[in-house]
Amino acid sequence: MEPIIETKGLTHIYSAGTPFQRAALSDVDFSAYPGEYLGVIGHTGSGKSTLIQHLNGLLKPTSGQVLFQGTDIWSDPKTTRRTRFQVGLVFQYPEYQLFEETVYKDISFGPKNMGLDEGEVDRRVRQAAYFAGLRDDQLEKSPFELSGGQKRRVAIAGVIAMEPKVLILDEPTAGLDPAGAEEILSNIREYHQARGATVILVSHSMEEMARTADRLVVVNDGTIPFRGTPREVFQHGDRLEEMGLGVPQMTRVFHRLRALGAAVDPSVYTVRQAAEAILKAKGVR
Amino acid sequence: MALKDITLGQYFPGNSPVHRLDPRTKLIAVMLYIVALFLCSFVVTYALMFAVLCLCIAVSRVPAKSIVRGMKPVVFIVIFTAVLNLFYTPGQQVIFRLWVFQVTMEGVYSAFFMVIRILMLISGTFLLTYTTSPILLTDGLEDLMNPLKKLRVPVHELAMMMSIALRFIPTLIEETDKIMSAQRARGADFESGGLARRAKALVPLLVPLFISAFRRADELAVAMECRCYHGGEGRTRLRQLKYRPADYFTIAAALIITVAVGIMGRMGL
Repeated sequence: MEPIIETKGLTHIYSAGTPFQRAALSDVDFSAYPGEYLGVIGHTGSGKSTLIQHLNGLLKPTSGQVLFQGTDIWSDPKTTRRTRFQVGLVFQYPEYQLFEETVYKDISFGPKNMGLDEGEVDRRVRQAAYFAGLRDDQLEKSPFELSGGQKRRVAIAGVIAMEPKVLILDEPTAGLDPAGAEEILSNIREYHQARGATVILVSHSMEEMARTADRLVVVNDGTIPFRGTPREVFQHGDRLEEMGLGVPQMTRVFHRLRALGAAVDPSVYTVRQAAEAILKAKGVR
Repeated sequence: MALKDITLGQYFPGNSPVHRLDPRTKLIAVMLYIVALFLCSFVVTYALMFAVLCLCIAVSRVPAKSIVRGMKPVVFIVIFTAVLNLFYTPGQQVIFRLWVFQVTMEGVYSAFFMVIRILMLISGTFLLTYTTSPILLTDGLEDLMNPLKKLRVPVHELAMMMSIALRFIPTLIEETDKIMSAQRARGADFESGGLARRAKALVPLLVPLFISAFRRADELAVAMECRCYHGGEGRTRLRQLKYRPADYFTIAAALIITVAVGIMGRMGL
């Protein structure tokens, strides 16, 4: 399958040519496929935020290419601007970018910038609000009256309303309580299933990723050391821990068991998989 | 991004003799330097001040490149001043006339020296902020303004406000960058269109910026109160300011140079 978005030899150097110059990404080949739910993991400063800001043209590569549906997004300014609408990016703590008088107006900022007519804007705003889990009566409120979690939903709806083909969310659950975090994640999953859009979720929480993503990409020191299904990635449990990324609890237990000499598969990450792996090792199945 | 390149008033850590001077000394010296610059009248005095500036920069070991780079934001003002002086200085020796404009020899001199004066003014003050950390700078200011306390001027509060403002400049620049990216991701366009359109495009940037500035101010106030901050009354300092021999020497030298430049300037040198 053709990737919907990919980078080829992407390198980004901050403050190039000054004493403060620092490579945030070096020669990264990244790809996401249509309709997949992709997890990007890396600790703070690994380069994952730099990577995703390249995907919708907010940062320009120092060298290398970013291709959206096979076209270089920097080939001309119009393509760059169009890509920003096709690849929606929700930043960390997006609630700090709200500015309009009402929730409705704030969500409509993106669609209006796309130059859509009023009927279409209205349809998109209402649908995005639904996907983000906002009630209709909240649309006419000021975004600043809402709670932190609800503000974040407004900000996410503001990006969903552009109906991007690729939706990227940078740590959408940071700073939320577990119930609020779970709700937002399930809203995103619902959106993913209903629209068939590609979703790229950035996080440093392995537990969260293991439960939701079809495929994982690990970013460390500006490179991608591992990628694949969660099981393929968790195979490298000890290397992940060296990078400062905690693996799911079950994976850790099984890596320890293996270190003690048990012949078990160390890539498991759920209790069910763990049970199966133990039965298999015992020769029951 | 362009925002990050602003070096205005940035501290350049180091351990040169200039860095080690008491901040009060540096403040006094810069004030005298500015006075002396305005007493300059012709080549000799300007050359003397230029030599003093070069000496200070050399001793401070601040790369001359970063001082030059700091001048970028003021290029427009400098050119503007030069043009005004060039055309609007009345004088006898007219070089050429064009419609209502005339350029005189006096105008050329005055434009030339005005440009030099502004550039030297800026590099001198830059040297102060490059070699003095903002904290020390406000400490020094507070101490120098201390006599004003008798006139009920809230000196400590003013100094505290200033150091907080300085402290938050980089934070706000970073914040601006972040909000700009976020709104760009929603299709905001800050670069194209006429003046009115561009001004309108700033709303999605300024509203969140102000809100976050107020939020930060609130949080900071609470944090300060939690640590029992209640103004300058009876507050002691970690770093006590103390004049050393080098400070007395610097102030004396600055005074002598200023007086000398004053006398020479009177003589039209």
